[in-house]
Amino acid sequence: MKLFVSDGNPHCLKVLAVAELTGVKCDICHASDDERLVPFLSHPVRPVLLLPCGQHLFKANPICLYFLEVSGRDVCDLTSQWLEWEAAELQEEATVVDIVLWAALYPLLSNSSFLPGEWFEQVNALPVCQTVAQRVQQQKSLESLKRFLQKQPLPPARCRNEDAEREMTDEEIQAAGATWSRGLADRPTPAERRHPIQAILQYLRCSGAVLTADVQLSYGRLRGWNALFVCGTDEYGTATENKAREEGLSPQEICDKYHAVHASIYKWFQIDFDHFGRTTTEKQTEIAQDIFWRLYDRGFLIPDTVDQLHCENCQRFLADRFVEGICPNCRYPEARGDQCDKCGRLINAVELKDPQCKVCKRTPVVRSSAHLFLDLPKLESQLEQWLEQSMSTGNWTSNARHITRSWLRDGLKPRCITRDLRWGTPVPHPDFSGKVFYVWFDAPIGYLSITASYTDEWEKWWKNPEKVELYNFMAKDNVPFHSVVFPCSLLGAQDNYTLVSNLIATEYLNYEDTKFSKSRGVGVFGDMAKDTDIPSDVWRFYLLYLRPEGQDSAFSWADMALKNNSELLNNLGNFINRAGMFASKFFEGRVPQMELQQEDKRLLAQVGFELRQYIQLLDRVRIRDALKCILNISRHGNQYIQVNEPWKKIKGGDEDRLRAGTVTGVSVNVACLLSAMLRPYMPAVSATIREQLCAPANCADAMFQGAGSFVCTLPAGHRIGTISPLFQKLEAEQIESLKRRFGGQQVTATVPASPSATIETSANPERAKQLLQEVAEQGDRVRALKAQKAEKTLITAEVAKLLQLKKQLAAAEGKNPEPSPQKGKKK
Amino acid sequence: MALMELASLEKSLGFKKANKYSTQGNNKTPILQSNKGAPLIGLVTIASHLVQEAAQPELLGRTAEQRAVVRQWLEYRVTQLDGCPKEDIRSILKELNQYLEDKVYLAGSDFTLADILLYYGVHHIMADLSVQEKEQHMNLSRWFDHIQHYPGIRQHLPLVVVLRNRLYTGGHH
Repeated sequence: MKLFVSDGNPHCLKVLAVAELTGVKCDICHASDDERLVPFLSHPVRPVLLLPCGQHLFKANPICLYFLEVSGRDVCDLTSQWLEWEAAELQEEATVVDIVLWAALYPLLSNSSFLPGEWFEQVNALPVCQTVAQRVQQQKSLESLKRFLQKQPLPPARCRNEDAEREMTDEEIQAAGATWSRGLADRPTPAERRHPIQAILQYLRCSGAVLTADVQLSYGRLRGWNALFVCGTDEYGTATENKAREEGLSPQEICDKYHAVHASIYKWFQIDFDHFGRTTTEKQTEIAQDIFWRLYDRGFLIPDTVDQLHCENCQRFLADRFVEGICPNCRYPEARGDQCDKCGRLINAVELKDPQCKVCKRTPVVRSSAHLFLDLPKLESQLEQWLEQSMSTGNWTSNARHITRSWLRDGLKPRCITRDLRWGTPVPHPDFSGKVFYVWFDAPIGYLSITASYTDEWEKWWKNPEKVELYNFMAKDNVPFHSVVFPCSLLGAQDNYTLVSNLIATEYLNYEDTKFSKSRGVGVFGDMAKDTDIPSDVWRFYLLYLRPEGQDSAFSWADMALKNNSELLNNLGNFINRAGMFASKFFEGRVPQMELQQEDKRLLAQVGFELRQYIQLLDRVRIRDALKCILNISRHGNQYIQVNEPWKKIKGGDEDRLRAGTVTGVSVNVACLLSAMLRPYMPAVSATIREQLCAPANCADAMFQGAGSFVCTLPAGHRIGTISPLFQKLEAEQIESLKRRFGGQQVTATVPASPSATIETSANPERAKQLLQEVAEQGDRVRALKAQKAEKTLITAEVAKLLQLKKQLAAAEGKNPEPSPQKGKKK
Repeated sequence: MALMELASLEKSLGFKKANKYSTQGNNKTPILQSNKGAPLIGLVTIASHLVQEAAQPELLGRTAEQRAVVRQWLEYRVTQLDGCPKEDIRSILKELNQYLEDKVYLAGSDFTLADILLYYGVHHIMADLSVQEKEQHMNLSRWFDHIQHYPGIRQHLPLVVVLRNRLYTGGHH
């Protein structure tokens, strides 16, 4: 065993003394204070005992106790109690002298007046202490102790109070009381500001962005903003063409179908669009072509040729994902047109050896195709100037700033804005006929065209930068198009377009341990949320609570249940319900007389504070933080009720009854405020509360003006309606079954061996041909059933038939009819 | 806080009847009135005493060395973890994370009282960490997740979600 000590350290003295006392054998080494002996500790500590097994002991008191044990002595409760006291209470006290227990008292002999003299004398006289004192402190005097003490960090201000509640000052309390009594009397005029709020819809994964936009819009309206909320489906592009081919529909039919699906999902989520449109409209073509011509006329478009693979058979240029060939680098035979799956190298489709069109398997030829490029470098300085101004005055999330700056840092290059596709907005220039606009040039223009479809006055929003503040909500992968490419298009067109001043980008929301994946059946998507029987408002709450703002976050069923049960049910729901119930039961459904005392006013001050925070935060689009203010208020409310016990006081004398009345009245008013604050987040719940309290329509208006003020909206005598619970508990079994349903485990049903079918064992080409036909037909039947979302049992039965046929086919082809393998659990 | 912990600890140890505790001082140090005379003062002292009473002395360590290590981490919990200022949280997390790199439990391969009390003490910090921060302290998170799932330990505390798959690329240091 090695014991490392250093000079002037009273903890070392203590350990040495105990070592002496117990007679334990160990090597004593002097090490300088700066040497780090214990690898995992942030700072060097002394003393350190290196045990024979290799472990380090770095706390003095356990070392002492160890010595005691090893020497055969008993460590009783009392011993450890004293040592716990010494470590926890004494060592941490502020005065210098207190650091020293009996071990370090020797050098301070001259100041022994600080301590009970008799006790010190006795202990000092112990032979043990004498020996050790001599050995260690001989040369060194007060100096080394002093040096040691000087090196110690000051005892930290211990934060014992975990919930550091902000204390309300008397001033604030009195002011709150005064504000309260204003009631709904005066209403300042709302501010004049046109505030369109846009949101982009791309994939369902961006429900978060649309939801956020909805919250912001709702809040804006409550604040009296003149706001417009526009969104839509972006319908052009190769993805749509492919989906169309897959489902055997025309691109227009696909778009119609999915537009309806998206619209219904957003309706369920109670998203309050002014207009939910689409990009496949005439207005879109009109506006996009107008911008195109303006850019062309002002010299911001550069023509150039691009070598692409063209499939003569399919008569089209092949997009990267439609070419397969041999990787020029590693010879992998299934390299795709943009990247080799095996060696990962990024390649151009034209570099592939033996390329094949994925659809018809023919060899494509290289053809050069003329395209137009948006001259981003030419627009770069204008862009930077605008960004400078927008980022400094508007609300941009930090990831949006970061992504934009790194694009600029890498240097802007001309971007191709045309494509050889059929499904898209046609390029109007005769030299480029037959081509369409690249989807990312064309899609953001959709905002303008969707607005134009909604109102003829669209230019008052879109060509009015002085008066209009534009908000864009999206997931972080769409940022560069909204902060660089699209603004450049608009700047180049030089038509006084309104540019974005608030760019709000969210991070990724992961599902449990992994990523959402529609193809692998992992995670629940917008369309499935409805089927979970969990109300839309609860989904809204949880998704907003989880909103990945600073970094990615993770969706977890267990966590959702936890938040529902603890925050919604036990905190929010509990408070609002209690407040209403007391008024109902004890005061005949009316708000009682309220005589405010100091502690009532203190609650008003606390609530007012949170309300002002809420407004400040939402003005800066800090959606998640503002939600916490709501929960804080109901927490204060619950405590207020708990402390004042109105259910008891109501049974008392006159004074008590008055107290009970005041507390109930104030609580009901707080509940009314909460209903207003909840409106952006949970519209249905907010409406229910307003109904139950029979709240007047202008409550929110009154309280959300300016910096926000909490006034008495439901005066004494106001009649409330029937109170009922707002939330339901989410039980563990429910959560378990949901987790299983959406966990992405693809398990194929075992094919029940139907006794009637016989499996042919000999190869039979005639039969095989017939079976091939039957398999194809059965396959179509199954697909049709699935698309219609038919009854599960029906589908399973048809699938079983299909598998049987396949087995028979395999047998007829002379192959070994093995049962299809079970697909294992997917991660 | 300490009283809730002791109540939970009693349940974990299988006590049928809960003891009555009182507190003293600004720090709310817990006190247990024992019927054998002098009261027991201090979280670690009382907890160790309960373990003895429940006839599970191995929770305090099986050998003298292990007992010393357990005491050390109990003291660490009470002196360095409790009430630590925000600036120190980082380094505490780092220390624990590094220490736990090659250990299943604080005392090595055996589950002890040190794991229980340190779990209670660090819970509020872990609950507030982001996914990324939990990943940066992989060993600590692994140990924490293990202890919170240990039968009978979690009691009154909510479950902290610890993801088993890494979401962030790059090393966990």
